[in-house]
Amino acid sequence: MSSNDERPTAANRDAANWAKMVSRLKVAQVPDGAVNLNVDGRQLASPIQGFGKMWQKTYLVRLPGERIAPAEVIATWRRQFGDFWPSGNHFYGPLTGIEPGDVALLNLRMPGGSKLSTGVMVLYADEESFTLMTPQGHMFAGWITFSAAQQGDETVVQTQVLMRASDPVFELALTMGGHGQEDRFWGETLGNVAAHFGCPEAVVDTKVVCVDKRRQWSRWRNVWHSSAIRSAIYMAEAPIRGAQNLTHRRHPAS
Amino acid sequence: MAEATATFDVRRHGSAGVLDIRGDVTAGSEDVLMKAYESAGEVTAVVLNFAGLSYMNSGGIGLLVTLLVRAKRRSQRLLAYGLSEHYRQIFELTRLDEAIGIHDTEQDALAAAGVARRGEHHE
Repeated sequence: MSSNDERPTAANRDAANWAKMVSRLKVAQVPDGAVNLNVDGRQLASPIQGFGKMWQKTYLVRLPGERIAPAEVIATWRRQFGDFWPSGNHFYGPLTGIEPGDVALLNLRMPGGSKLSTGVMVLYADEESFTLMTPQGHMFAGWITFSAAQQGDETVVQTQVLMRASDPVFELALTMGGHGQEDRFWGETLGNVAAHFGCPEAVVDTKVVCVDKRRQWSRWRNVWHSSAIRSAIYMAEAPIRGAQNLTHRRHPAS
Repeated sequence: MAEATATFDVRRHGSAGVLDIRGDVTAGSEDVLMKAYESAGEVTAVVLNFAGLSYMNSGGIGLLVTLLVRAKRRSQRLLAYGLSEHYRQIFELTRLDEAIGIHDTEQDALAAAGVARRGEHHE
């Protein structure tokens, strides 16, 4: 088959599953207690825009297929996504659950007790999978796909991350324990999903593949958007903000 | 995890390989896509023809990123044509369009790859 006159014939039957085109992210609603930092006005970043080595990390758990259907797992996961996260980390998404185009805030617990504020956009969602994509400044540039599929008499529930560290600082952090921390995060999350479906003893398998060993040094400037640095500055400024708020309360503007 | 539901036929145009994509591109298409890519042989450019695409999910987009890494490793250019408006927007949304040149027709894609449309043979 060869033709210069071929016209696109894709039926676009997946159109409703994809987020609509956006050039910059905008958080629709900031829930109480959430820190809205490093998301508004940011562009999405795929692994192509990242700095570090490119990794594909797969975490999977097998559940009995005769009583747990893939669609049931994904529907529950989309509805209660943040509930399955390890404690101390917060996913502030819409109460109605994960839908394409949603922008959610993430407030994550980091080593040393610091907090990292960032976000994600729901890039794609259907009955058997959904994908979150990261913005500029996130610890990594890429996406995470959550899926469930029938394999024989089992329902295989999977989290797959395709990523590059966003900048040299995050690349160093990932090398010095960050990868292990991420592996534990998603392992624990999948364990919580399995426990929710009555399989608390289910074992999470992890497979890590380095897709590209090369670092993209032309992307080192991504550090400008670093959510770690900006979150640290935000936390350091907290006493100043507190003092300003106190002053405003004592001397309200007329 | 998923089964392959797409086919990738390979054609050669001089130093470019054209992959005609048909069906549903998902994460399950990895093996067939990579086999098709390898069978294109020593080429300077790989042109993806999406005119026969009927469906692609985020796993399919992930595959294209992996393909891009392989192509870059071999100093090959990756180009695309035949994308519907919907998939063009997805390429833009995921910022794949910054690394994969998108064109309206095969002729445009081959011209951008610096390949003249002369002989053609199927593999």
